[in-house]
Amino acid sequence: MTRPTPFHSRTSALNEGQRWEDWEGFLAATMYSLDPLVEYNAVRLGCGIFDVSPLHKYEVRGPDAQALLQRMVVRNLAPSRPGRGFYTVWCDDNGKVVDDGGVFHIAENHLRLTSTLPSLEWLIDNSSGFDVTIEDVSEELVGIAIQGPTSRDLLRKLTNVDLSALKFWHCTDADVCDRPTLISRSGYTGDLGFEIFVRPEDAEKIWDSAMALAPDYQMRPCGLVALDMTRIEAGLLQIDTEFISAKQTLFEVQTISPLELGVGWMCKLDGDYFVGRDALREEKANGTSRWKTVGVELDVTYIEKYFSEFAMPLHLPERSWNEAVPIYADEAQEHLIGRGTSGMWSPLLKKYIVIARIPPQYEKLGSRFFIEEVIEAKTFSIPATVVKMPFFDPPRKKA
Amino acid sequence: MGNYDAIIIGAGHNGLVTAGYLARAGRKVLVLERRGLVGGAAVTEEIFPGFKVSSVADGVGYLSPTVRRDFKLDSHVETIDSDMIAFCPQPDGSQLTIHRETAKTVQEIARFSKADADAYPEFIELMQALAGVVGALGHMTPMDLPEVTFGDLRGAVRVLGPGRKLGRKRISELLRILPMPAADILNEYFESGAVKGAIGANSSLGVSFGPQESGTAYTMLNSWALSGNGLFRSAGVVKGGMGALCDAIASAARGFGAEIRTDAAVASISVEDGRAMGVILESGEELIANTVVSNADPRTTFMRLLDPRTLGTKLLQHVANIKYQGSGLRIHLALSALPQFTSLSTASGDDASARLGAPIQIAPSLDYIERAYDCSKFGRFSDSPFLDISIPSILDPSAAPAGQHLMSITAKYGPYELREGNWDTQKKAFADVVLNTLAEYAPDIRNLIQQRHVLSMPDLESIYGLPEGNPNHGEMILNQFFHMRPIPGHARYRTHIDGLYLCGAGCHPGGGVTGVPGHNAAREILKDSKQ
Repeated sequence: MTRPTPFHSRTSALNEGQRWEDWEGFLAATMYSLDPLVEYNAVRLGCGIFDVSPLHKYEVRGPDAQALLQRMVVRNLAPSRPGRGFYTVWCDDNGKVVDDGGVFHIAENHLRLTSTLPSLEWLIDNSSGFDVTIEDVSEELVGIAIQGPTSRDLLRKLTNVDLSALKFWHCTDADVCDRPTLISRSGYTGDLGFEIFVRPEDAEKIWDSAMALAPDYQMRPCGLVALDMTRIEAGLLQIDTEFISAKQTLFEVQTISPLELGVGWMCKLDGDYFVGRDALREEKANGTSRWKTVGVELDVTYIEKYFSEFAMPLHLPERSWNEAVPIYADEAQEHLIGRGTSGMWSPLLKKYIVIARIPPQYEKLGSRFFIEEVIEAKTFSIPATVVKMPFFDPPRKKA
Repeated sequence: MGNYDAIIIGAGHNGLVTAGYLARAGRKVLVLERRGLVGGAAVTEEIFPGFKVSSVADGVGYLSPTVRRDFKLDSHVETIDSDMIAFCPQPDGSQLTIHRETAKTVQEIARFSKADADAYPEFIELMQALAGVVGALGHMTPMDLPEVTFGDLRGAVRVLGPGRKLGRKRISELLRILPMPAADILNEYFESGAVKGAIGANSSLGVSFGPQESGTAYTMLNSWALSGNGLFRSAGVVKGGMGALCDAIASAARGFGAEIRTDAAVASISVEDGRAMGVILESGEELIANTVVSNADPRTTFMRLLDPRTLGTKLLQHVANIKYQGSGLRIHLALSALPQFTSLSTASGDDASARLGAPIQIAPSLDYIERAYDCSKFGRFSDSPFLDISIPSILDPSAAPAGQHLMSITAKYGPYELREGNWDTQKKAFADVVLNTLAEYAPDIRNLIQQRHVLSMPDLESIYGLPEGNPNHGEMILNQFFHMRPIPGHARYRTHIDGLYLCGAGCHPGGGVTGVPGHNAAREILKDSKQ
């Protein structure tokens, strides 16, 4: 049965259309308003508050806590010290992505891992020889994310810590509404924003206090549609969209490596052992990556032109999409080379952007190919160009 | 300190066998043993002054004839066979003895069931035929699924050789029987509890569960294949205890040029760039070798001698999944005289002592064994334990001071982890239960005990390096058999680390003092070094 989160008494009262979906067994709002665009706009112009409680959370404690996570994730945690956080993916022995999430260095010998999928067994399986204790605190900690340009000013009103000193992907213990929390300057929107881990018993109090400030900071409760739109603009990956966990794939062809997923930059291949390192070294050395993951911009004038063939005005998607869309080398659609994995018309950028999985030879900025677009049950080829990703990367994210 | 072609970790019998074969092929070999004596689990120790106790392993007949011949063991070790394979006293004061000779056994069985007596010759003929295939498999190097090579296929054809002789009907019978519970196949042939208990006990002696468990037909057949006498178990003793056998293997290995160092515990295997470079002793001494061969069990090898922090997740998962779960305590008793079994009260002295020289099985029915297992399944030791007893001093008077006797008992079942208490506090209580059980068949036993010594599973683990007290380096069960022993991808005695091999009972074909894993490992090591 899909369960409510500790915020449910509040979120359900705000959910105008009672639109919910299942997120790791919890009820998660698809959208609160009847038009998700207002939520998207809030994140980019004011701020949005998201219930992110369904994330899995694990406390890793002990003298080897950092060493265990260093073994598990691809990213170099060597510069880590209490107060640092990292976004990272992790792999299986074959160097294929298993999951992604955050590593938060909370204190000496105490780190927290968040993940999309349940990861307790994976942590335990990897912990042989490490002096650690591992605790699944997924239900003992719930979370909200407050994301957008006004998020810091709003949060300042609720906490005792100096948020201007909290840098991007850093975290700190903080009292929020006099309740103990961990605030991390991170999120899934590519904007200025914070994630706050709170105890379930404090959830309603903190939500209420934040919502009381909403009118002053143009804050809105936001659902998964707004989250998906903002994360695509930010070029952030989504499980089951940009990748399938190697633990859940049926066929080797479904797996994907970090080098193929566009997060090769975070793999420290010349460093100490981590799970999958040797396979990734080989992949890099032998150039055996099958894919690259890139940002693509569609030429909307062509979409407009094809609509006009039906004597129709240009129509662009109102929300993001997450299904595989064929990519061809040629306009005649004879050479299928890849797929778009998610895409959207960005109301802010006024661009049609797509995250695409294409062969390495198309990786370069400016490479051109064609994405299939269906208009009135007929397929068309829309010219697409590889552009820089993230599509949207405002200075305020890190400022 | 010079460098070696091969360093072997652990002077258990398999390590010594590998060492001997490698030395015989001209390799410079060093065997390192943690304890002060060689033999591993096959040792003779004077636990009681004047008594030669085979502390852990007994059962001599299992040693591979190939090893016996290559190491010329017959001229250096005296083994004394028993004409009887099992003496099985019954709760009602009767007894069933299984003889080597089928005709004699048929007579014995007829006292319990005419139908069973008729079925027995046919049953053992079938089992011998099927065991022949299992035995032939033992000498093969398992294939590495799914990457089967032409070499593997040639090997498979060799296995099919004995298999083909079986004929179609029996091959399908083999495939039907292997994964079955031993109880089911025995029930197909026999009706008497005593007969089924006598034969079926061996399906459970080496594993942690009872004869109703799927796959115990395989364990029964395996024991049958190894017994060397065409029956379900071996019976006999090594003069001087099992240690005498390992001493002879060690002497032969030394004769081939191998060096053996005792009191030399290995702390870790050195690995550089995916290649084994040698070992580091607990004393800090570093030794260099082209090849390192671990006779330690796989958990010890991968999780302790190697650094698990540098191993792949899949490997760690597979190693963590190896079932050890030892379940048999060893209890040794110094006796002032032979016990009087109620069922032998009318037998002549010679007849009684001949029967007691055979393995004594307290397993009067399959249900009895299963119920004994039920207790351990729920974290308690058996309240009516299944016992496998030997009195080696009958066949080998040198095992005990004149007039006295040595009794060694494998007592089942005890779980490695007790639900309540621990073995330090509970082993005496279990030993008392064992003696009470035994007293039901031999009432004077308590009056004869001069000294007793109990080895619980944690004792077997700490003293003999047997994780969870399992003498087989991992359960001998169907999912830990052949290409899955010790783990998939590591069943060819090689590991993922170049130059690191496994040669112990954790490898195919598994436990028992057979020497076969050690023999097969040496064959593969030599094959690799020729390439």
